Amino acid sequence: MMKWLHTMASSAWFYRFSGKVIPWLMTLFVVLFLYGLYGGLVTAPADYQQGDAFRIIYIHVPSAWMSLFVYIVMAVYAFIALVWRIKLAEVLLISSAPVGAAFTFMALVTGSLWGKPMWGTWWSWDARLTSELLLLFLYWGVIGLYAAIEDKRTASRAVSILTLIGVVNIPIIHYSVEWWNTLHQGASVTMTDKPSMPIEMLIPLLVMATAFKVYYAISLLIRTRAELVEREPNSKWVKQVIEESNHG
Amino acid sequence: MSIGIDHMTTFHSLYLLISREFLIAFRHRHEALNPLLFFVLVCLLFPLGIGPSPQLLNTIAPGIIWAAALLAILMSLGNVFRAEYEDGTLELMVLANQPLVVLTLIKLLAHWLLNVFPLILLSPIIASALGMDFDVQITLISSLLLGTPVLLLVGATVATLTLVIPQNGMLLALLVLPLYVPVLIFGSSAVSATAIGMSAAGPLYVLAALCILSLTLSPFAIVAAIKTGVSQ
Repeated sequence: MMKWLHTMASSAWFYRFSGKVIPWLMTLFVVLFLYGLYGGLVTAPADYQQGDAFRIIYIHVPSAWMSLFVYIVMAVYAFIALVWRIKLAEVLLISSAPVGAAFTFMALVTGSLWGKPMWGTWWSWDARLTSELLLLFLYWGVIGLYAAIEDKRTASRAVSILTLIGVVNIPIIHYSVEWWNTLHQGASVTMTDKPSMPIEMLIPLLVMATAFKVYYAISLLIRTRAELVEREPNSKWVKQVIEESNHG
Repeated sequence: MSIGIDHMTTFHSLYLLISREFLIAFRHRHEALNPLLFFVLVCLLFPLGIGPSPQLLNTIAPGIIWAAALLAILMSLGNVFRAEYEDGTLELMVLANQPLVVLTLIKLLAHWLLNVFPLILLSPIIASALGMDFDVQITLISSLLLGTPVLLLVGATVATLTLVIPQNGMLLALLVLPLYVPVLIFGSSAVSATAIGMSAAGPLYVLAALCILSLTLSPFAIVAAIKTGVSQ
């Protein structure tokens, strides 16, 4: 098991393997994304209350799911990086952060766009919106800390610790904000009791969620490859890769 | 000869550490006032900015005092380990054959006593100036006693991570403030609850839980962060 882990964790092996996987993932992503988009925008019936405006959930909900998912994945990488000192996990962690931040940002923007016709305001101090905003700050913190420390091994360790602190705090922040919200707003517009969704609406949503996950995988692999080459520019495997691409 | 930790020496070194902290603070006694002055000035900004209506001030007083205390602690985080890191003391603390977790806790205890505790003692005066009743002030003090250790422990953890960065004030604030949100929420709402005649027990219990959680978890994170910083 450990031996397998270490082969997987070698930069050269990862570079070659991910190079082979990315085209397949791209194909999968395009198929899923187009199907989900078509299903969401065309075949799904309009909502009886919200009309066509509800269709933004096909972007909003998967982004919001991914924003949390990516942070949890980052915490797993952080744990691996700290416990087994696997360099690849550090690189995967830091390559995830901008993608997660982008998902969070997208969830906030689409939520705000949705809020205007539904709640009549761009921003409401809704518990979910507020904790999503705080999540965005946590992502920015990770990116900022990594960028600020010159030595990238030290930066990776610091970022791993910060990510674990963040993941312990996320549930606390979330529930405190929810509690604060019920305390101060009373009966506000919340989306907690969603009417159950008809199956034609649900399937495109799940397809879109899968497409977003595949997109995360693709963008993570591409970023990690770039970061690996950038970190070890003079290593043997990088020279080999460059040579192969010159001949191929 | 045993390699284990000698407990007599541990207690002795803890005593030395805490007396060192107090000695340093005594030698720089003019600096002891700074967190207090900062705290008072931030509290002063709100009446000046919003207007002196007693009704309004009374409503927002818990939030003002809590936010001011939070900012004062944030400002003090920069020098928790900074001097020790720069002159190499921190490295010697790591190399000393003593439990680093305990040393860290003692160091933070000294920091809390010197920088935060005076601020809690001063808070009733500010609270009275903002029109807060006596029983509300009791809740304010208990919420500060439970909440400020959390702020210090969480903040010191992140501050230790940024030790290797020379000018880190802005970044530190960006990293720490999102993590301070729960304490601010529970702290100020405990006080607000008492002010409108409700029981403050709920938020105070949560603060106590957060206090214990951070007391047990953060020292280990701080040690990991110190080792990262020192090994560079």
